[in-house]
Amino acid sequence: MAETQMVARHIPDRLEGRGARLVKSWETLLVAVALAIFLVNSFASPYFLDPWNLSDATFNFTEKAMIAFAMALVIISGEIDLSVASIIALTSTAMGYAVQLGFDTPALVMVGLATGLLCGAFNGLLVTGLGLPSIVVTIGTMSLFRGLSFVILGDKAFTGYPASFSWFGQGYVWWVFSFEFCLFVALAIIYGIVLHKTNFGRAVYAIGNNQTAALFSGVRVGRVKFVLFLLTGLMAAIASICLTARLGSTRPSIALGWELEVVTMVVLGGVNILGGSGTIPGVVLAALIMGMVTFGFGLLNVPGIVMSIFIGLLLISVIALPILYRRFRSH
Amino acid sequence: MKLLLKNREMLLVVAIVALVALIALRFPPFVTPGNLANVYNDTSILIILALGQMAVILTRCIDLSMAANLALSGMVAAMINAAMPGLPIPLVILIAMALGALLGSINGLLVWKLDIPPIVVTLGTLTIYRGLIFLLSGGAWINAHQMSDAFKALPRAAVLGFPLLSWLSLVIIGIMVVVMRRTPLGRAFFAVGGNPHAAVYTGIDVGRTRFFAYCLSGTLAGLSGYLWVSRYAVAYVDIAAGFELDIIAACVIGGISIAGGIGSVGGALLGALFLGVIKNALPVINISPFAQMAISGMVIIIAVAVNARAEKRKGRVILRKAEAVHG
Repeated sequence: MAETQMVARHIPDRLEGRGARLVKSWETLLVAVALAIFLVNSFASPYFLDPWNLSDATFNFTEKAMIAFAMALVIISGEIDLSVASIIALTSTAMGYAVQLGFDTPALVMVGLATGLLCGAFNGLLVTGLGLPSIVVTIGTMSLFRGLSFVILGDKAFTGYPASFSWFGQGYVWWVFSFEFCLFVALAIIYGIVLHKTNFGRAVYAIGNNQTAALFSGVRVGRVKFVLFLLTGLMAAIASICLTARLGSTRPSIALGWELEVVTMVVLGGVNILGGSGTIPGVVLAALIMGMVTFGFGLLNVPGIVMSIFIGLLLISVIALPILYRRFRSH
Repeated sequence: MKLLLKNREMLLVVAIVALVALIALRFPPFVTPGNLANVYNDTSILIILALGQMAVILTRCIDLSMAANLALSGMVAAMINAAMPGLPIPLVILIAMALGALLGSINGLLVWKLDIPPIVVTLGTLTIYRGLIFLLSGGAWINAHQMSDAFKALPRAAVLGFPLLSWLSLVIIGIMVVVMRRTPLGRAFFAVGGNPHAAVYTGIDVGRTRFFAYCLSGTLAGLSGYLWVSRYAVAYVDIAAGFELDIIAACVIGGISIAGGIGSVGGALLGALFLGVIKNALPVINISPFAQMAISGMVIIIAVAVNARAEKRKGRVILRKAEAVHG
């Protein structure tokens, strides 16, 4: 989505110091918001600060956040993948089908990962091979993948996952730290390193800022984008394994509407929806904020749909406020 | 270029005729005029919504909140009717359209005045509008017996043998053709999407044009809200959930470029009809209705691939002309 920017970019004479930049950064704002929500929650409900309750609360966001890491990279490169929730559905259906064939847990995981990678490769091929706009392609595959899941399952459900499989969604590594939460932390570190410390990460930023310039600088734009879609498929598969293991059953409507929540998480984390900028720490903070809001409202018996109003308002206002602030200051 | 555009629509007409012929092979009664009229009537709401979405997409924006807007306007219309059955129906429709326009203008203002990317704005308002329905209704349903007979009868009222719903969509198609081809606003939609910088230099306010596109799509969503609720005689939080993607799919199939500036009323109409035919045909030719989602997904991917090829070809033709001039 090409946007028009009519205003000339302001180029300062010298860069601000490290400290000043840190104070003014998006991540600092998010930390402040997260702390505020944490404090409000602790005062609003006596049950909030219980370690086991907080541990349960992490399940609200870990699966979505895993996808959000890969989605952040895709969006920074100037593309988008709206098919992630449908990849979850198809992957879960494939694993459910494999259970009926008598596969054991390691084989189920392999089936899941392979399905996710195939879906990601399909998206990647359409976007990079045929040069189609990713927003339309993934709206199409969003219907296609979940549609296939409906064709296979109809109004039925797959159940009967082996007990060892459920560990991925319900198991604990140590004390209150669930497998999902540890995986979330590990993936956050891996994605942080990949995006911020490797050539691949720099290539992602370069493509998002100016695809043509990146191409002429020797970045293999098509290959990088293909890998990004592959990664998104893989992360959706990992999220699907966790979610399926947690729920213990598969219906075609599993994870319905998650694509919007994942995109919200990424944008809330300070990733520019037009591509070119954003950080993994920002996405981690956004995941924590969304998780805490959902959990805190849940403790106060606020219905889920009212939470979604709040998330919607949060999404628009965190983007609008800095724009308003900048406009206010420049006058 | 006009010829190419015509070609693409002809291609779609051929595809629809082939599809109908294929269905007729397995189930001949499908092609009786009466049934085809039913299929059209069943697709009318999608057509109206696709025309609104077309205007927005033409200006390089997107409106993901149309279905939520429809549901909210429809719920308000139903609640007004349930509370005040005596209120004339045209007034209820006007209220629904005004509310739709208001919700659309919120999208438009955020895009115009704050420069927030359209996909983010409408993603946010999509969840907000859905949530508002819950707050308004408390999660309760408005059922058929709570609505007045006049409220439910209007879309079904037969005029010259066809339901009023079909006529209404035809009128809106007519209005949109005039707006898109004969008014400065319609031309501005194309100009803004085709080349925003050039549009500015020709004196078109890009932001304001986008604002009007959102108002238009909002108004049509509001009208569709009443039509949906009265046709299915029920209003609840989740009506038309996920329908925003069908609307965009209709536009994409109809050859409206997601990059803006390319598209036509005829394309949106045909794209919606294509989806409508598939939706109505699957049950009668014994394909599980569960397959519909996968099929429309395939259709979207094929359509966007075909359209991308057509757009590329156009680029080459212009280059060749330029070469001829220089050579």
